[in-house]
Amino acid sequence: MSKFEYAPAPESAALVDISSEYGLFINGKFVAAKSGKTFITTNPATEEKLSKVAYAELADVNLAVTAARNAYVKTWSKMPPAERGKYLFRIARILQERTREFAVLETLDNGKPIRETRDTDIPLAAAHFFYHAGWADKLSYAGYGANPKPYGVAAQIIPWNFPMLMLAWKIAPALATGNTVVLKPAETTPLTALLFAEVCQQAGLPAGVVNIITGDGGTGSHLVNHPGVDKVAFTGSTGVGKAIAKAIAGTKKSATLELGGKGANIVFEDAAIDEAVEGIVNGIFFNQGHVCCAGSRLLVQENIQDELLEKLKSRISLIRIGNPMDKNTDLGAINSAAQLSRIREIADSGDIEGATRWSPDCTLPKSGYWYPPTIFTGVSQSHRIARDEIFGPVLSVLTFRTPQEAIEKANNTPYGLSAGIWSDKGSRILWTAKHLRAGVIWANTFNKFDPASPFGGYKESGWGREGGRHGLSGYLKGQY
Amino acid sequence: MRIDVMKTYKLFINGNFPRSESGRVYEITDAKGKFLANPCSGSRKDLRESVIAARAAQQGWSNATAYNRGQILYRVAEIMQGRREQFIAEIMAQEGATLAAARAQVDSAIDTWVWYAGWTDKIDSISGSTNPVSGSFYNFTIPESLGVVVIFADSKPSLLNLAAALAPVIASGNTAIVIASQKYPLTAITLAECLATSDVPAGVVNILTGKLDQFVTWVGSHMDIDGVDATGLATRDLAELKELGSENLKRIYAFNEAHSTKRITNFMEAKTVWHPIGI
Amino acid sequence: MCKAIHPDPMDLSVPSVGAICVYNDMVKVARTALDLGGGQNIPVAAVATAFPSGRASMEVKIQDTKDAIANGATEIDMVIDRGAFLAGKLGLVSDQIRAIKEICGSQAHLKVILETGELVTLDNVRKASYLAMLAGADFIKTSTGKVAPAATAPVVYVMLEAVRDFYKMTGLRIGVKPAGGIRNTKDAIKQLVLVNEIAGPEWLDPALFRIGASALLNDLLIQRMKMRDGYYASPNYVTLD
Repeated sequence: MSKFEYAPAPESAALVDISSEYGLFINGKFVAAKSGKTFITTNPATEEKLSKVAYAELADVNLAVTAARNAYVKTWSKMPPAERGKYLFRIARILQERTREFAVLETLDNGKPIRETRDTDIPLAAAHFFYHAGWADKLSYAGYGANPKPYGVAAQIIPWNFPMLMLAWKIAPALATGNTVVLKPAETTPLTALLFAEVCQQAGLPAGVVNIITGDGGTGSHLVNHPGVDKVAFTGSTGVGKAIAKAIAGTKKSATLELGGKGANIVFEDAAIDEAVEGIVNGIFFNQGHVCCAGSRLLVQENIQDELLEKLKSRISLIRIGNPMDKNTDLGAINSAAQLSRIREIADSGDIEGATRWSPDCTLPKSGYWYPPTIFTGVSQSHRIARDEIFGPVLSVLTFRTPQEAIEKANNTPYGLSAGIWSDKGSRILWTAKHLRAGVIWANTFNKFDPASPFGGYKESGWGREGGRHGLSGYLKGQY
Repeated sequence: MRIDVMKTYKLFINGNFPRSESGRVYEITDAKGKFLANPCSGSRKDLRESVIAARAAQQGWSNATAYNRGQILYRVAEIMQGRREQFIAEIMAQEGATLAAARAQVDSAIDTWVWYAGWTDKIDSISGSTNPVSGSFYNFTIPESLGVVVIFADSKPSLLNLAAALAPVIASGNTAIVIASQKYPLTAITLAECLATSDVPAGVVNILTGKLDQFVTWVGSHMDIDGVDATGLATRDLAELKELGSENLKRIYAFNEAHSTKRITNFMEAKTVWHPIGI
Repeated sequence: MCKAIHPDPMDLSVPSVGAICVYNDMVKVARTALDLGGGQNIPVAAVATAFPSGRASMEVKIQDTKDAIANGATEIDMVIDRGAFLAGKLGLVSDQIRAIKEICGSQAHLKVILETGELVTLDNVRKASYLAMLAGADFIKTSTGKVAPAATAPVVYVMLEAVRDFYKMTGLRIGVKPAGGIRNTKDAIKQLVLVNEIAGPEWLDPALFRIGASALLNDLLIQRMKMRDGYYASPNYVTLD
């Protein structure tokens, strides 16, 4: 019996040039914040400082919105749609060219594994631009009338879990439909958005069409409330989503909201068990569980529970947690100290409320923010770990006996973003899909995304869809 | 005084540039009657080889993801843009067009090609559907590519007509054989050079030059051709084509507009699938 | 045989191959040459049972196996009857394996070649893997090397899951041999990683894992040279045989 150790396979941080300081990208140029205030962004895997970025306050938000308005009125709304599309094609192709650089930067700033940024995040982001580029001059075919119009200026606020991908989900459709944007990346992950500004410059995008302002919740609040904004698009927590809905009530603004979830991953007795195990692992540990559509509740049919859990635990024991820049790594760092603290608090409630915790033996790095892959069994719907979104690598396992019970438990939540179905029987899959109150349903797969596939939630998981023909309506005036 | 290297124009079959197996050529002169080139006079056997190549390439091309096909088509546009000056010169020489008109045509052809490149991953969304049948069934209709399609390219504007005919046919996963305009064939061969250098798999597009009326007969009667874009044919030729084509029920159409989703969907088939819903 | 014993004549520290696999009529030749050259520890495996098609009577297949063992083969690589398998005659397939296993007895270990390229679906690969193991296979092998696709990652993945689960059920560890299509070092390393992650490190041993390849050997030597010297090597510096 021999032991097979894998040599480290580190990606090089030297692939990206990180400036020591970044300004705000307004009207095609980088400018300092009016107040001169800045804040630091760090690498959550090492706690090392990466760069200093500008902190946008009301005056800066005002500048950005004005730039977006001017660009809309003077340039973007007058441009033939096919020409708009060509800018988006250019952006897509440049992103493809610079994929490796973006992947490294995203991993350094976010903490997620390089394999993920390289193989999923950045290629998908480029694909979103490519897909939406083609819609720019085809809107009359999209089913929204002969000549659908954009809103004008869109305020877009994105989270830290998929910084570049969320940027693409927001900017691509907005521009394709003829809007201009002011986008605020999350405060812990501003860097790929700022690098994207460079791509806009390389593509020759007219000044003011895309504006990127960095800051925190306060910045976002100014942006949402700015009278010059016609449309708000937000991805983030349900709590903030509700606050935004409240803030724009009574105004002319409309909003698209992509909020939280507590997705049920349903495994029926006739599922292909090994595949289901991979799907469960992907569903909750992909991106460290920092996924709104994570399969964070496993609903397993009781008669296969023991076999499934045994295989699941064996599989989880093989997960490699560590340096996100190492290509062997499966599970990266938690994005911030604050998030780590939230995960701990909710997970600990599982112990307190009587569920059974299990984690494999793993060595966590000394610096940085880390949480081991964790499962709780013996969970019922009233447990906090079955109700609250943990947004971390923690899986709650519940059981069911009949398909009806699976549906009832799966739907018994204010959320409604995603669900998974594992079964070899076609009719059962379709029946279950029909009865699930969730916007995205994966059958015999999980965490599949495509620019052509609409994504969004029922109930408190949000308003509207992103991607596909359906996703265009969020940026066309008068649809909602 | 420097002498130019004169360009030779050959056929484009299965990713290669062979001469006609018949060894025949015909003369093309410019609008003023000055010698331009001796393009190949394609034969029935050249058509036969093209159909074999197109058929062999069809499954792989239609199995490629829509995104992949869109990428490849967009790349063709990138290469066409790079060859803009060459296209302009050839159009001016063949068609007697002014510089301004030639420029406008080439730019329009490139933009038309880009328009169709952007349809590959959207056509299903607007021409497919889920159908609300009575009963506990999931019922959906998917459009699928037809197979091997022959294109009779209209004469002038040569590049714009080629782009408007070829891009929609291959966008959905069909493979194509283009019968170039008899009077202005050089544009098609230069377009072939763009296709050959932009990751389009061999056999997906094949381009033949030669005498139009012969091709009408050969294409009409070939039993392994599924569809024809006959926009470039005169009424009498179209009638002959349709009569011969009825033998295997070829789908034969002519179009009026450069930008039209019909040019894509007419060369697709609709497949409807039922599956019960139940535990 | 010299190459089997010392793959790199310029570097005698390179280990010898796991086995030599030949047609029946070469078994004696191979065994003699190996013994003369200092390769007494290298087993000779014979592809038997009307390899590669398996299209012959059971009597012929049995005789083929007996001859190979008599000539000195200590490993028998047999092919299953794919036609019978695909027609659902699983009992027949199983009986044939058992018959050959009986002849092997304690003299030779039995590898059962599934010819996964002809089985096509992964469900079939899994089913055939279980069938072979239940019928007494010591090793399950992907392919004859004459049919593509052969030892693709998905196929090997499924076979490793099968041996893993079989071990859990019975306590018996059955070996896996991917053969065909593994031409370079990178492919081979991917296979080792699959074994390590799915079946487990216990399988990383010639008694439980073999790669069936020919061109691979020289690529391994070339990559080894690159690791040792720090620059790209050339095929001129490895021998053909």
